[in-house]
Amino acid sequence: MKILIKNGRVVDPANNLDEVCDILIESGKISKVGKNIKASAEKTIDATGKIVLPGLVDMHVHLREPGREDKETISSGTKAALKGGVTSVLVMPNTNPAMDSAENIKLLQQIIKDSAKADVFICGAITKGRLGQELSDIKALKKQGVVAISDDGASVDSDKLMEEALKLARDENILLISHAEDKTLSNKGVVNLGLTSTRLGLKGISKESEYKRVARDVELAEKLKAPIHIAHVSCKESVEIIAKAKKRGAKVTCETAPHYFSLTEEAVLSYDTNMKMNPPLRSKSDLGVRKTKKISSLSARNSGLSAWKLNSLWQSRS
Amino acid sequence: MKEKAKILDAETLNRSLMRIAHEILEKNKGTAELCLIGIRNRGVYLAQRLAGCIKKIEGQDVPVGALDITLYRDDLTMISQQPVVHKTEISFGIDDKFVVLVDDVLYTGRTIRAALDALIDFGRPKAIQLAVLVDRGHRELPVRADFVGKNIPTAKNETVEVRLKETDGQDEVVIVSKDE
Amino acid sequence: MSELIWERKDLLGLEDLSREEIEFILSTAESFKEVSSREIKKVPALRGKTVVNLFYEPSTRTRVSFEVAAKRLSADVINIATETSSVKKGETLIDTGRNIEALKADIIVMRHNYSGAAAMLARHVNLSVVNAGDGWHEHPTQALLDIFTLKEKLGKIEGIKVSVIGDIAHSRVARSNIWGLTKLGAKVTVCAPKILIPPGIEDMGAQVTDDVDEALHNADAVNVLRMQFERDESNAFPQQLEYFKNYGITEERLEKAKKNIVVMHPGPINRGIEMSSEVADGANSVILEQVTNGIAVRMSVLFLVAQANEFIKKNEDTN
Repeated sequence: MKILIKNGRVVDPANNLDEVCDILIESGKISKVGKNIKASAEKTIDATGKIVLPGLVDMHVHLREPGREDKETISSGTKAALKGGVTSVLVMPNTNPAMDSAENIKLLQQIIKDSAKADVFICGAITKGRLGQELSDIKALKKQGVVAISDDGASVDSDKLMEEALKLARDENILLISHAEDKTLSNKGVVNLGLTSTRLGLKGISKESEYKRVARDVELAEKLKAPIHIAHVSCKESVEIIAKAKKRGAKVTCETAPHYFSLTEEAVLSYDTNMKMNPPLRSKSDLGVRKTKKISSLSARNSGLSAWKLNSLWQSRS
Repeated sequence: MKEKAKILDAETLNRSLMRIAHEILEKNKGTAELCLIGIRNRGVYLAQRLAGCIKKIEGQDVPVGALDITLYRDDLTMISQQPVVHKTEISFGIDDKFVVLVDDVLYTGRTIRAALDALIDFGRPKAIQLAVLVDRGHRELPVRADFVGKNIPTAKNETVEVRLKETDGQDEVVIVSKDE
Repeated sequence: MSELIWERKDLLGLEDLSREEIEFILSTAESFKEVSSREIKKVPALRGKTVVNLFYEPSTRTRVSFEVAAKRLSADVINIATETSSVKKGETLIDTGRNIEALKADIIVMRHNYSGAAAMLARHVNLSVVNAGDGWHEHPTQALLDIFTLKEKLGKIEGIKVSVIGDIAHSRVARSNIWGLTKLGAKVTVCAPKILIPPGIEDMGAQVTDDVDEALHNADAVNVLRMQFERDESNAFPQQLEYFKNYGITEERLEKAKKNIVVMHPGPINRGIEMSSEVADGANSVILEQVTNGIAVRMSVLFLVAQANEFIKKNEDTN
């Protein structure tokens, strides 16, 4: 079937394209991109005033299934993703059961097959149950089809275990995504340590709890010449550590989410629990995590920790 | 709001007060056990003036108190959204006394009912009498004044404004129409 | 009298109140103080209204104070202590609030161990919510009665120097006091061991010191907080006696302070820890007056929120 998309603002960074033009699709592939395409198509979409993008990839998404279907499911989450223009997601393994074995991955793959509305890639768990005690069988996870591993929601506290995991990921050629948080420092905090925690009378999460762990993760990865990807960077100190490591040639990449460069801790001041997250919203000086162009260390942007936020954030186009 | 008519000017107002003072003394046979309690705000100034008149007539001091009835109102005495509570200052006992309540305008009688409730909490006077500068009719409760400066028949869409030097710069009583 | 119209159906904290609103509560409280000096300590202002004390944390003084205040306004008072209620069966805060609302109660006075609980409840019910202390966040009526007492003693709040001494990090009394006092123009200093000073407290308008003599020097008043040994789990506290040695208010310490310095404490006092018995019972102490003023202030607060809610309801009916 031929589909013609007319007059949209076509944005295609891979081909340095950002202009109003037409796209012709034939048999499921894009056959022509140009101005004023004359072709007879079974379906014509008038995209005047609209933006036409390649399907977006969100590489940090929580779909909560299996285990917390009351919060979200593969189906509801991918539906929401499509609404925001995201056609591929990388789903985090902090499910119940965690994605720490080939059997569990298989279970998830079946659910995806049955109910996913977008492409779902799987991130496996680094340690069994994400408890940080014993490594998962990472080779088996790779064989079953994961594209990355992470304990997201937790960090691997043991240096030894983290080193082994980095080595395995490096050798198996899958990406290790690190949720950098030293829980002894974040100490059950709920908002940023500082203005917000003091004014609201709540336990604060210090920036140290993030950037000190970032420093450790980056150091280990550098030492082993293994690639590492730091998840949801929230403060400028973390960005600086990563930038410096990159300059030295380490294979460090990282990601942040739109809320970390558009909102600050002031957003929680009314006790709005929609603004409560981990890592927490930080201060005005940390909004600079947005500066991708300058230091090109923010390699990916994604919707953040939970898919429920995805739709509204992309609508607001921060 | 339109000012329709001036009912009392300064001279007449003060003469009325002097007459009321005489009447109070006549009814109570002097100043023994007498006290005046003004209802906030203007009632208090009128009570003080009455005490001044009594002093002129009899040479005696009569204690004056101030009563705030904001906490005793019923819904229908609510004039505005904001209930502003002022202090009640009655520094003397009222047990076995002749209390003359003093207010500027007597209208529905609800303010006086509230004042009676408040007074009863303060003690057991021998008698409570009521002195008002203006009685404008339209009672909604069985209340009557013992001493009246002037009876002014009014329509319900009118207000009687008592203005005093202490609060408004001059002494006068006017009728104001509420029609836009 | 000011032109202010009191429009809030809830009192959740002092942070959002304007200077005029705080002053209005205090001047209204003056009128209520007189009621407590009468023989018949009752006015019918809240007659027929139901006030529910919903206390998730144990408390005697605050709860009793609110109860006395409500009863002197002729309201009916119900006390719910959650240890013995269905909250133990897992009932949520919002459900509890809605159930109380379904009983047609008018005001909930709540103390809760989570910061922000009062705000959340107020968002979900139409009756009035008065915060009697939420976690470490605010205890507005305590600060109001502290300020009321200071005004009585010193004649004004503008320009006076007040030091707050104690576990600032975990103190809702400290936070409410800082907000209230700075809005009214006082200079506030907080004093505690460094680990008990929360970050960013200067942005709230307070100066910081960890030296108690410095805090007392030239202060017009000192508000001594209770050392909450039962609250913090992490053992960040110095030994009790060590605290007394370094931060306890004693007569010797007061000798270096202003002669008429006003000494306050929200109670209950840990004698020999925050202050010595001599100071607690001494001439500078206004601790018992604070308790008396607490009734007047709470009467004022209950009265004002009730009136505001009446007005809101009336307007809804006519719309």
